[in-house]
Amino acid sequence: MPKKKEVRKIVFNSAEEMPLAPMSIGSMLHNKTGAWRNIKPVIDLSKCIKCGICWKFCPDASIDIVDEWPQINYDYCKGCGICAEECPQKCISMVEEEK
Amino acid sequence: MSKERKMAVTIPREELMSPGHLACQGCGAALAMRLALKALGQKTIVCIPACCWAVIDGPFPYSSLDIPIYHCAFETAASSASGVRAGLDMVGDRETAVLAWAGDGGTFDIGLQALSGAAERNDDIIYTCYDNEAYMNTGIQRSSATPLGAWTTTTPVKHYKKERKKDIIGIMAAHAIPYIATASVAYPEDMVKKFKKAREIKGTKFIHVFAPCPAGWKSRPEDTIKLARLAVQTGYFPLYEIENGEKWTLNLKLKERKPIAEYLKLQGRFRHLKEEEINWIQQEVDANYERVLKKCGL
Repeated sequence: MPKKKEVRKIVFNSAEEMPLAPMSIGSMLHNKTGAWRNIKPVIDLSKCIKCGICWKFCPDASIDIVDEWPQINYDYCKGCGICAEECPQKCISMVEEEK
Repeated sequence: MSKERKMAVTIPREELMSPGHLACQGCGAALAMRLALKALGQKTIVCIPACCWAVIDGPFPYSSLDIPIYHCAFETAASSASGVRAGLDMVGDRETAVLAWAGDGGTFDIGLQALSGAAERNDDIIYTCYDNEAYMNTGIQRSSATPLGAWTTTTPVKHYKKERKKDIIGIMAAHAIPYIATASVAYPEDMVKKFKKAREIKGTKFIHVFAPCPAGWKSRPEDTIKLARLAVQTGYFPLYEIENGEKWTLNLKLKERKPIAEYLKLQGRFRHLKEEEINWIQQEVDANYERVLKKCGL
């Protein structure tokens, strides 16, 4: 398995610290895109039938399968609403984000 | 919640695209990459020319993909991928797949000669065009993939696009490459199947992925999947594959096609169209769909 990329903000203090070729050494995971959102999806798990459709269609890969249940990763969810629109059970609702 | 049932997972669980990337809300292209990498797996190198994905991936020294990426010049997606393939062949690596991942501008307009060259040499690459039907990255300029009647910043409402979309599949079929397919983000199982199939075939593979763009199409971000599905259901973007330029197979047979107006009314870029113009587009779609059916022998 290849080495996992670093998850932190990378700062180069001098030219010597830079990699010789412009290559990506860090992961974009440090960029918490959850701040882009003004409505957030909330899953009502009592109605969930585990069809996996929300997970399948998430363009931000921010719905995880945790213990065979879908779980939204609010650190990265941009609040596009695809999951709420596509859920066949309509058990995901988009809720106004509070300040 | 009494009996623990497994989640219905119909596509691979492995996630090679990390969240935190810079795509807009509801981006079809980001979803397309996620699904494609699920199919292709870790042993893949991706060549990305100037397109939305060059930005989505993130600035130096970060990347949102857990596989090697080669950022190349706009017109060189196919030739860079050919070069990477040749390099891998030199070191005896036959296992790694090379994916060229270009937008519609980099495929239909600017990268066409490189793509044609790679197809002619039959280099062992998977060329994917994710089609959002304009130069979205630079500010919604018209490309030759922009459909009839659409608004863009260079074809404003008064002078909306009056030319047809270029038939890229026809051009690639004329090269008689081993595998050509169309895929849509609204049908992930079909898309994953096609990428897996392409990985097994030797030679140039061309996959045309339909990826809605809420920012450029002036549609709601939550409608991305609905639009991609409607494009297939109206016959605007039929799902089919072509093997060796001859054997056409229709993957999704439609019993009844929906009217194209249903697809157009969800998008702000078609808001200016009047009844007769919509009928005109409907005729174009009908003719195109009939042509595909005829080629598939149906």
